[in-house]
Amino acid sequence: MLLDVKNLKTYFYSKRGVLRAVDNVSIGVNRREFISIVGESGCGKSTLAYSIIRLIDTPGKIVNGKILFDGKNLVELSEEEMRKLRGREIGMVFQDPMTSLDPLEKIGEQIVETIIEHQDVDKKEAWERAAILLEKVGLSGDRVNYYPHQLSGGQRQRVMIALAVSLNPKLLIADEPTTALDVIVQEKIMDLLEGMKRENRAVILITHDFALAADRSDKIAVMYAGWLIEFGEADKLANEPLHPYSEGLISSVPDVWEDRDIKPMPGFPPDLIDPPKGCRFRPRCPKAMDKCINEPPTFSVNGRIVKCWLYGENK
Amino acid sequence: MEVKNLATTIFRIPEVEGRWMVMSGLAIVCIVLIMAIFAPLIAPYDPTKSSGEILEAPSMKHLMGTDNLGRDIFSRIIYGSRVVLMVVFSASLVSMSIGVPIGLISGYFGGKLDRAISMLMDSMYAFPSLILAIAIAAVLGPSVVNAVVAISVVYVPTYFRMIRGQTLSLKSRLFVEAAKAIGAKDTRIMGRYILPNIVTTVVVVFSLSVADAILTEAGLSFLGFIVTAPTPDWGFELSAGRPYLPAGYWWMITFPGLMVMLLSLGFALIGEGLSEIYAPGRER
Amino acid sequence: MIEVKNLKKYFPVQKSAIEVLLSKKIEYIRAVDGISFKVEKGEVLSLVGESGCGKTTTGRILVGLEDPTDGKIIFKGKDITKLDKEEFRKVRRHLQMIFQDPYASLNPKMKIGEHIEDPLIIHNIADNKEARELALQMLERVGLVPADQFYNRLPYQLSGGQRQRVAIARAMILKPEFVVADEPVSMIDVSLRAAILDLLMSFKAEYSLSMLFITHDLSVARVVGDRIAVMYLGKIVEIGETRKVIHRPKHPYTAALLSAVPSFLKREIKIEIIGDVANPRDPPPGCKYHPRCPFAKEICSKEEPKLEGKKHLAACHFPLDLNL
Repeated sequence: MLLDVKNLKTYFYSKRGVLRAVDNVSIGVNRREFISIVGESGCGKSTLAYSIIRLIDTPGKIVNGKILFDGKNLVELSEEEMRKLRGREIGMVFQDPMTSLDPLEKIGEQIVETIIEHQDVDKKEAWERAAILLEKVGLSGDRVNYYPHQLSGGQRQRVMIALAVSLNPKLLIADEPTTALDVIVQEKIMDLLEGMKRENRAVILITHDFALAADRSDKIAVMYAGWLIEFGEADKLANEPLHPYSEGLISSVPDVWEDRDIKPMPGFPPDLIDPPKGCRFRPRCPKAMDKCINEPPTFSVNGRIVKCWLYGENK
Repeated sequence: MEVKNLATTIFRIPEVEGRWMVMSGLAIVCIVLIMAIFAPLIAPYDPTKSSGEILEAPSMKHLMGTDNLGRDIFSRIIYGSRVVLMVVFSASLVSMSIGVPIGLISGYFGGKLDRAISMLMDSMYAFPSLILAIAIAAVLGPSVVNAVVAISVVYVPTYFRMIRGQTLSLKSRLFVEAAKAIGAKDTRIMGRYILPNIVTTVVVVFSLSVADAILTEAGLSFLGFIVTAPTPDWGFELSAGRPYLPAGYWWMITFPGLMVMLLSLGFALIGEGLSEIYAPGRER
Repeated sequence: MIEVKNLKKYFPVQKSAIEVLLSKKIEYIRAVDGISFKVEKGEVLSLVGESGCGKTTTGRILVGLEDPTDGKIIFKGKDITKLDKEEFRKVRRHLQMIFQDPYASLNPKMKIGEHIEDPLIIHNIADNKEARELALQMLERVGLVPADQFYNRLPYQLSGGQRQRVAIARAMILKPEFVVADEPVSMIDVSLRAAILDLLMSFKAEYSLSMLFITHDLSVARVVGDRIAVMYLGKIVEIGETRKVIHRPKHPYTAALLSAVPSFLKREIKIEIIGDVANPRDPPPGCKYHPRCPFAKEICSKEEPKLEGKKHLAACHFPLDLNL
């Protein structure tokens, strides 16, 4: 397994109390796998991603767990060692790409710099590759000569994705990379991300769009209130969700090709500082039982992982 | 504004929060306010009467010494605060009442009117405040009322610019457009949608321009444009004490000078502190 | 109910100093380049397209936030583009808008209740006491209960979804006849969207509203729209009944959009689209879409196709004949 997260707990300490953003999550990704982590805002999916690349800062802290990447436990590495890993071995595309583009350099130059550093090519070849990379994210190749301020927010986001991909990391984590973008561009970017599978790499996509996850991933992980509540093969999960939350989420989303009976999800995601006792989904769950006042264990059902009392008994 | 920089250099320690600045500023201002309000109760002597001992150094009997006519400086400082506060507050209130509405209307409607007014305001703003105040006071003649007029005119452009700037940026905000789409009239938009959102700016500008106005008032008073003897006023004391400094009688100048600086600092701290607290981006 | 005829909006291009010195012509961005459509009473027309296609500008023109460069908008028997400021203000009562960003469309200093009362007071429909009553009722109607508590809150105390409900309440309190909804759910969390859409549709049914629903999400357009209009570079390239356009798209752009939309179902078709959106400052000759169209032929670069058809129209020299 390329990435093996075991019992990860990332908590945030505030005046109001302890915010259990990621609460005992275990998940694994193999090479050539594309997995999506799906959930509403506040479910912990972004925190999980930031924990993996160890970008959690006070008041947050990785309290427990192992993050095994290519044999190494990332939780135990020093900041210096992590810095060497970031970008090159584990790439990340953030939600808000205002960060890493130098406003004084043409975007082509910035891509070329990274290409030269990691691939054995001369400058001419690097510029050509940069142009191709831009085409792959749906921008025309001649934009290599543009400066960041000449591009729109969505275009800059695409350049960031191109940069992250050009570093050729073993694992790429993309946090809502296409939220601000149109469908056509979204498709191009998804093609690009999926393409990484062919190069023996792995991709983790973080999104709130279930249809997008179902469309492209090999596996889907559903998070709710800091828990991993379901994980399994994408197609099967999307068509036959086991956990009532996954079911509710899927039924509340329209699809362009068929008339579905859209049912809004009742209630709101819980306060992570003071979550409901027992199963955190219980207040909103149409199938809640008496048992659910106790935290459900994680059961394995035909290759699917579900954290719900409907699928097993306590041992 | 020089005062703003002074406060900034002394107090811009990163860890010191806006709240501390406002607190310390308020403390200073309150002390002076109490001084002014309760002057008859606090001042140990009558400020206009001589006690006989001229040019006495500060002592237990005369905390700040006596001036060249034997009057207790401490009492003169206390009574002087009344003139300073009254002139500066009235002038600032007048400036605000003129500058804010003009800034709001000009910024909101734009066009030729805005361009014309902005040009006028910019040319006034280009003058150093003291010079402009002197020019106006010279034309009107020395008196407390004329000083108030002169100082209020000087600060109108300050309010105008800040309010106009804020109005311009608020004008294009979505919630203002939403109000237009509902069908709100311009007056309603200005009054209910724009004005409430610039109140914090107005308060900050008020504090900072009072800080500056104190210096301007001191300057005008120094040149004799405000009070005439024997009325005490800090700037006036400074000019009266100046000839005695070379002879070593430092207390006539030092205490009024310190008071001017301190009071100005107090208001600057309030203004800067408030602008830290209400910094843009910290939506309340 | 509302009819738009040949609507145009051209924005003059901001030039740098050098550009001003070198060229004499004023260039325009043709944000909306001659579009026409009707929305009948009780009907929802979805306006879809990528960003920059002109859909938001169209919405803004309809509610008077932009002045059109040309064209007519016939509403309640009058061309509202020709009305003066005061007359238009009165028309606004029947023509409301719901904005995309729930975090920016509410006044941070006004109470929630005041937001909802405002339209009533502005149009002199109710006095203070009545307005408060109506506002409280409306708060209950949109699910913000307990109403009297929400009445006194300020926007920063509400979540995005709640704020959008306030925006809807504010738009609906005047019982308008036509509403422009500009991407009302795109900034709302996915699981909460269905509830907001439900709320909107319930008002539409109750008041027999006509709605122009602007969105880039075709899945949402399918749910809300009776008809759908697809825009590209300021023009409508296809318009017709929602299900017909989705399952039998005529224009290659519509087909390309459809094949790019993520779905739970597997699609049988994949239509290519070449390159990036053309520069609106320099649109291509002939059919604006031809440089990106995999089916383009010579005539497409010379002659601009007109919108043709009876109830399902498309602007294409070689419309597709698909069954998806």
